[in-house]
Amino acid sequence: MTVEIRTKSVKPLSNSFGHLQRRFGDKPASRYQEATYDIQSSANFHYKPLWDPEREMFDVRRTAITMKDWYALKDPRQFYYGNYTTTRAKQQDALDRTLDFVEKRDLLRALPADTRALIEHAIVPLRHYEWGANTNSAHVAAYAYGTAVTSPAMMNTMDRLGMAQHISRIGLLIDGNSGESLLASKTTWTDHADWQGLRREVERMFVTRDWFEVFIAQILVADALVYPLFFQHLDSAIAAGNGSALSSLTDYLMRWYEETGKWVDAVIKTAAAENPENKALLSGWTVTWRDRLVTALAPIAQSTLGNQSEDALAAVVAAFNTRAARLGCGDALK
Amino acid sequence: MAAEGNVKPAKKLSLKENYALLTRGLGWEPSYEKHEEIFRNISFEGIKIHDWEKWEDPFRLTMDAYWKYQGEKERKLYAIVDAFQQNNGQFNVTDARYVQALKIFINGITELEYDSHRGFNMLAREFPGVGPRIAAQMQSLDELRHATTQIHTISQYAKYFTGMNEFPYQFDRAWYLSIPKSFFEDAVTSGPFEFIVAISFAFEYVLTNLAFMPWMSGAAFNGDMATVSFGFSAQSDEARHMTLGIEVIKFLLEQDPANVPLVQKWIDKWFWRGYRLLSLLATMMDYMLPKRVMAWNEAWEIYYEQNGGALFADLARYGIKPPKRAPETIAEKGHVAHQMWSVFYANRDAVGFQMWLPSNEEMDWMSEKYPDTFDKYYRPRYEYWREMEKAGTPFKNTTLPQLCQVCQWPCLFTEPDDPTTLSLRETEYKGETFHMCSDGCKDIFDDTPEKFVHAWLPVHQIYQGNCFLPDVDPTAPGFNPMYEALRYMGIKPGVDGGDFKGSADATNWEKWTSRPANIHEGAYTDAVRDTSNPSDAARKAI
Repeated sequence: MTVEIRTKSVKPLSNSFGHLQRRFGDKPASRYQEATYDIQSSANFHYKPLWDPEREMFDVRRTAITMKDWYALKDPRQFYYGNYTTTRAKQQDALDRTLDFVEKRDLLRALPADTRALIEHAIVPLRHYEWGANTNSAHVAAYAYGTAVTSPAMMNTMDRLGMAQHISRIGLLIDGNSGESLLASKTTWTDHADWQGLRREVERMFVTRDWFEVFIAQILVADALVYPLFFQHLDSAIAAGNGSALSSLTDYLMRWYEETGKWVDAVIKTAAAENPENKALLSGWTVTWRDRLVTALAPIAQSTLGNQSEDALAAVVAAFNTRAARLGCGDALK
Repeated sequence: MAAEGNVKPAKKLSLKENYALLTRGLGWEPSYEKHEEIFRNISFEGIKIHDWEKWEDPFRLTMDAYWKYQGEKERKLYAIVDAFQQNNGQFNVTDARYVQALKIFINGITELEYDSHRGFNMLAREFPGVGPRIAAQMQSLDELRHATTQIHTISQYAKYFTGMNEFPYQFDRAWYLSIPKSFFEDAVTSGPFEFIVAISFAFEYVLTNLAFMPWMSGAAFNGDMATVSFGFSAQSDEARHMTLGIEVIKFLLEQDPANVPLVQKWIDKWFWRGYRLLSLLATMMDYMLPKRVMAWNEAWEIYYEQNGGALFADLARYGIKPPKRAPETIAEKGHVAHQMWSVFYANRDAVGFQMWLPSNEEMDWMSEKYPDTFDKYYRPRYEYWREMEKAGTPFKNTTLPQLCQVCQWPCLFTEPDDPTTLSLRETEYKGETFHMCSDGCKDIFDDTPEKFVHAWLPVHQIYQGNCFLPDVDPTAPGFNPMYEALRYMGIKPGVDGGDFKGSADATNWEKWTSRPANIHEGAYTDAVRDTSNPSDAARKAI
């Protein structure tokens, strides 16, 4: 027997907020929509920012890209704070089990000395790359226009801190929690010739003002070259002789990179399709930063992958070119 | 095992060591670009920082811990929010007057959380030190959380009651919402050090308990499960933010003696601005909560006079004095709530929430709480206005009030030492006269007039004709400027605001809940069943 529970139903005056009704009609809104659309102030700003008196506090003119509606740049993952944190918490739980497994069995410390040295030289310094990415992503989150872009950029900023800390943990698993590999990796990052190209470009992004250009340089181009180069090609090369202990930890980074790519692709594709001027700007930035970063990465690729390095870098660049073409910002490539 | 002699067991790390290793070493001193080109905003205010490494991290949270901790809180919170929506929890509050207070919250406060999120994001980019950057990033993310959870909980109310459906739109346009809007925009448009002193210290550390405790207790007293839940869930975030506030102040004061006068100036300014903003709560606490928690003057005594007194005694060793205009806040505490309610009542057709005159029961409570001021100055006013309502000629203000150039409140406050004289101040700047409501606001204007002349003062804008929608023709016959200005502000004239009695909210409430819309006045409509004369059967059952 089923019992029907009778509930009193009252017809609401409206099904969603006015700004959502104007966009989507009078129907129930998702939590992503409620937390995102039209939330940022857009009119009647009171004061000239002391740090940028020529523009308003939130101002579309902090990039050369133009949009009729900045909320067209939506996040296909539909992240708002709640599902963002619970998603990351769940992923972290799974990662913790892996970290625990690797730590209990001392899998990284058990690797041959030259392999450990290679990881220390070529993987651990990426914690600084991630910190640089955190800075660049914070720039986007702070100065971009519209919650549709700034909220995911905020989450990306925190993700980068998380990735920097995850890579640091790889260092601690190698050095037995002494922190020596972290200290060494910082000197490697600041002084070793292999890394100066990449550090140079990351610092160049620090002084790039147009937030959309920073987005292209860091979150599209640099990540699309760095992640596959280190966490796929170099990782495979290491795994070939040493088993998959390291791969079990870099897998997390690659999965995160692929998930984030959905957001990045949606933003760029929409902005490039908006008007020909955007397409030209995005294409120009894409080729400029691709060329800089490919040059920057050649020394570290060469010193770690040896005679496979050219093929690896070429494969990474080819995949990037295909992706950029699909997004509409690859016109100037090849 | 490989044979490399890596035999010593891995060291066990304490949480503190773990945090330090995973955080502090991440930054590096850039060498390809100039430091001042990368961090462009940290020198113009004159604050001197010699060693960013001296910063004590108040949170000590790594990102994995943050995600797990916050993720767990979110799971619990949204379980409650789901249940609240499923069970029509919006009808469980005391009466429909309580909902009017929520209108102020969603329209006036939620966007501040968002602005705070963006402001902290700027710090997260601009501070050179790793520690303070991460602290700012986490607070920025928390502030985004607060905006989000407020929207998600109050959206249920917005579906059933008027005046909450246009919160981002109203926030940018409604005349009285320029009070909170200008407050936060002032902070965000300042330099990073002023922002963090303003928000983390003056607002979060000194004043936030004042907002938090009465508001959330008020929600709990009045059956608002949704607000209580997001409030208490946010409380542990706030505890972190307050810790950041005190760490910031100590860090700035310890870095260089030259920082002391700048910090003192910002404390004076932001204490006063924060006080003016939060005294909106005075009306909420004393007039809008059907079941009251405490009176504004009691809250001010506990949360500022006692707690703040202890704080500033502690800061004296750095050469910091209590806020310059604190004595005025104490002198005014018996008056502000009543003066504000009077002004809102008089202007009720021009606001987006509904107004009522206090009942006898409420006036007796105020006489008890405010023995020195209420019966002498305010009860006679309300009794007179009640007579006017009865006579069918209710008192209304038909012109818009003069706003203060700084806090943007109407100039409604009286002299701190004379409650019968309006407090009005003015300053001449570049041949123009600017009006202020108080010495506190005049201090602020006089210190940075070039900033405050840009304030977007809504009443001025309305009178200049800048507040009409594009479809409006001011030359058309029957053009009603007030009606059109309200439409521009996103307020539905005669629906969102006006008299509570007879409003859509009051009428719908009684229809939907069969309970009085105002528990102090009895039912307004026949939708509430009369229980004053119970049947014999019912009487026996009792």
